[in-house]
Amino acid sequence: MGFARVIMEIQKTALYEYHKSLGAKFVPFAGYQMPVQYTLGVIEEHKLTRSNVGLFDVSHMGQLFIENNPDLTRELEKIIPTDLKNIKLNQSKYSFLTNENGGIYDDLIITKVENGFNIILNAACKENDYKIIKGALGNKFKLKLYKDLSLIALQGPKAVEILEGLIEGVSSLKFMNGNNFSYNGNQIYITRSGYTGEDGFEISLPNQIVEPFAKILVSKGVQLIGLGARDTLRLEAGLCLYGHDINETTTPIEANLKWAISKRRREEGGFLGYNKIKSNINGELSRLRVGIKPLGKIIAREGTKIFSQEKNEIGYITSGTYGPSVNESIAMGYVKYNFIKSGTKILLEVRGKKYEANVTKLPFYKKNYVR
Amino acid sequence: MSDVKFSKEHEWIKLEGDIATIGITQHATEMLGDIVFVELPENGSAVEKNGNAGVVESTKAASDIYTPVSGKVIECNQSIIDDPSKINSDPENQAWFFKLKIKDKAEINSLMNKEEYDKFTKESAS
Repeated sequence: MGFARVIMEIQKTALYEYHKSLGAKFVPFAGYQMPVQYTLGVIEEHKLTRSNVGLFDVSHMGQLFIENNPDLTRELEKIIPTDLKNIKLNQSKYSFLTNENGGIYDDLIITKVENGFNIILNAACKENDYKIIKGALGNKFKLKLYKDLSLIALQGPKAVEILEGLIEGVSSLKFMNGNNFSYNGNQIYITRSGYTGEDGFEISLPNQIVEPFAKILVSKGVQLIGLGARDTLRLEAGLCLYGHDINETTTPIEANLKWAISKRRREEGGFLGYNKIKSNINGELSRLRVGIKPLGKIIAREGTKIFSQEKNEIGYITSGTYGPSVNESIAMGYVKYNFIKSGTKILLEVRGKKYEANVTKLPFYKKNYVR
Repeated sequence: MSDVKFSKEHEWIKLEGDIATIGITQHATEMLGDIVFVELPENGSAVEKNGNAGVVESTKAASDIYTPVSGKVIECNQSIIDDPSKINSDPENQAWFFKLKIKDKAEINSLMNKEEYDKFTKESAS
């Protein structure tokens, strides 16, 4: 008797060989072999991004294009709860694919472009997202999940100066806005955005030019930064990681992401899961995602149980690590609604022992976006 | 370093009389990455060969520390608790973890010497 096996070939980004040549340590992530760190290590890479600049390969993420159609905005609004009617050309919005229970299939960045919408999706979700969107929109819409495009993020206070030196005009982009640019005859799309809490850019460009482009950035003093530092940076900035801080069972309101659902959509609804989300907004909310700071150095990892001072279980941690820039242990998690106030004393159970912690405001690290 | 022995769990142990000093190897720190937290056994507690004797955590994950020999904990290195990054910078000297009054010197015999350990790490890497 044998076992049926499905062998999935692990995928590599167009920068894989370059990462390897720079001494990257790889980990399998969402079906891709991705650099978790380079020779500097997570902490130095994190600090360098905050103080100077860092380059991230995020080509594993999905880049979906949906071509314009007179009905597209109306149909997309049924599954994405942001104001696509009033989104401006080249404006980006953080939003979600919601499910019928108000949970989150994925979080995403949607950008209005001249001939449609660009949507950036999480690597682990992109194939499923494609099916969901295709299923919801039907056959009269043209969708394309690009395989021939890479995505890199240049992040940090020096990002603007370095990128402007290569591509004139990027410095005039405002946060969460993008545009087409030309580089050596190639059309590339750049948005001012990121996942670090720093100013920076996400650059979508053809696979065949991503390595030479990365090498030019490196020749200007840019360091490659791995997924390890990407995680500590985003957690310090209070940003959610899909599959950990948010998933199919958490609503955007529970996740403290109400700001991402535009006012008109909150009032009018008309998207999947609206009933649940509306009742959340109207106060039927049993839990909320909060920031959590352990008092000592103890690190509370995902799954750590949270207790009240009376030792009643009140929630769980969804992300936790050491924050190199704040130089302390930081975490996020869900707690029952009575415990969400900043300063509330809670207990975290790590390896069978309870440790004191405080509920705290997010982000842990003040964001430096250029508005 | 001829009196230093190594375990397959990447601990080193240095024996002076019946007092053993234990830490983790350079190779272990390279695999773990930046260490940001360490938890050591309680002073005076008894630990068993191959038993759990603490935790080290990197930014990404927690890993158990095992003791390669049995004994009673007589001292823990407070300086690595205060500054866990010392474990990355000098794992096989200054950043020792704890000292044991060992129970049975014969337990040392099953451990590897430096040459054997280097061979072991090379083989497990390939």
